[in-house]
Amino acid sequence: MKAHGFVHKYGDNVDTDVIIPARYLNTSDYKELASHCMEDIDKDFIHKVRPGDIIVAENNFGCGSSREHAPIAIKASGVSCVIAKTFARIFYRNAINIGLAILECPEAAERIADGDEVDIDFDSGVITNVTKNETYTAQPFPDFIKEIISQNGLLNSIKKK
Amino acid sequence: MGMTMTQKILAAHAGLDRVVPGQLIRAKLDMVLGNDITSPVAIKEFDKAGFHSVFDQRRISLVMDHFAPNKDIKAAEQCKISREFAKKMGIVNYFDVGEMGIEHALLPEKGLVCAGELIIGADSHTCTYGALGAFSTGVGSTDMAAGMATGEAWFKVPAAIKFNLTGTLSEWVSGKDVILHIIGMIGVDGALYKSMEFCGDGLKSLSMDDRLCMANMAIEAGAKNGIFAVDERTLAYMKERVDRPYTVYEADEDAEYEQVFDIDLSSIKPTVAFPHLPENTRTIDEVGDVSIDQVVIGSCTNGRLEDMETAAKILKGRHVAKGVRAIVIPATQKVYMESMKRGYLEIFIEAGCAVSTPTCGPCLGGHMGILAAGERAVTTTNRNFVGRMGHVDSEVYLASPAVAAASAVTGKISGPAEIMK
Repeated sequence: MKAHGFVHKYGDNVDTDVIIPARYLNTSDYKELASHCMEDIDKDFIHKVRPGDIIVAENNFGCGSSREHAPIAIKASGVSCVIAKTFARIFYRNAINIGLAILECPEAAERIADGDEVDIDFDSGVITNVTKNETYTAQPFPDFIKEIISQNGLLNSIKKK
Repeated sequence: MGMTMTQKILAAHAGLDRVVPGQLIRAKLDMVLGNDITSPVAIKEFDKAGFHSVFDQRRISLVMDHFAPNKDIKAAEQCKISREFAKKMGIVNYFDVGEMGIEHALLPEKGLVCAGELIIGADSHTCTYGALGAFSTGVGSTDMAAGMATGEAWFKVPAAIKFNLTGTLSEWVSGKDVILHIIGMIGVDGALYKSMEFCGDGLKSLSMDDRLCMANMAIEAGAKNGIFAVDERTLAYMKERVDRPYTVYEADEDAEYEQVFDIDLSSIKPTVAFPHLPENTRTIDEVGDVSIDQVVIGSCTNGRLEDMETAAKILKGRHVAKGVRAIVIPATQKVYMESMKRGYLEIFIEAGCAVSTPTCGPCLGGHMGILAAGERAVTTTNRNFVGRMGHVDSEVYLASPAVAAASAVTGKISGPAEIMK
């Protein structure tokens, strides 16, 4: 499993209310949610984002509400992975459960700048910054998470049992 | 090494003698909760995965509280999806307009959650039930869907932080001030992935409403759950509401805590969290001159009977300042009814407040009190993120019902002592 794209960089405590404002939670349509992704923190995001792009942020990404609409909006906007120093726990869980790849890597979050081109190898946890010609290593997923992701989400994995 | 309260509950529900922090477990669920925003997403996943029945019709609660009474056509469709699913699955604890209250006030009130139980809810403030000595935590809609189908969920056993409470609260200081003080001290990720365990002699000074409020905001410090030691007050609260057997767990004396904080409740002052994070706290004497446009008293954090009582004491015989809109939202029908019987609603209306049927409404910028650009609100809710209550250029200040009511009267952020001389 690999990812490749350009980076959209944010700071600490990017909360679920700015990822997808509650005023749009009256729908669960993925495309509609994606069309408002990051609206309250970065109005241009939905115009700049390209399939495969990567979000990089600092501490406590996804804090606040348990709304799964947040990782859904990010995934449906085309983002292939979110890298942060740390994630809020419900967001972390939700991202895995819906099959949005996320990596905790303080070094990558520190070094990667907005607009950098990045390659990710999820099996080894190696993140390559093509622009800066640097590599960083994140913890690869443990087996039980790999199982959920390889079966395309939690529900498929329990359905098989 | 012994176990914390949280670890004991998780071990018991996983069928294990002991668990250690970091261990991954599958555990049985006593209750699975969803609301009108998160349930439709869960139902979509549940259907897509091909499930035809729920694990237990009595162990699922669906509460239509966020955008209900329906704020628009789309919200109406979301409730309709939940309503039809509840009917089809035979879900007993489905609560709609007229019966519903804000989920985290409603479930404890109805005795649907209690000590020793393991509860997940597709709402981040599900951590509220820790006030009763339960393990309860917020999850997303996919976990909710899997929980409804199988009655199980996976967990990573959390490490813990202990808050040893001593002393007694001063007049006009409540659980809200204590939890804001703690979040100010440890930060919005100060308890990330961990349990916050509250214990000590100071518990005697905290009512159940204080404890529910404090456990409710554990998530605002990033915690997986907040949990209170069970005492006689907890047992009395459950005796009135719960008619099934339950287990009271106590932390082992040699349980391991990553950090221990001693907090003297008598030292806590009324506390306000400034925009745009719950950790930006100041005590009332440090607030300065902040004029306001709106006050909201309500939510899963502070919409309970004691909160109404405190607000009524302050607003009695006084009037909301000119130019300020004050909105009071009792969290459940029962709180609403009792506030009416006790004359609180009359006090609120005579003071110039709008009083609403239960709804989460304004807390998350949904409806019933949205802010325009440049407006400021003092609210008893739980989050003050950018745009949380409306326009991205509006500001939310989090405070107790006492501070919110006093501020409504003066038109600027004010301590209750200032007007109750």
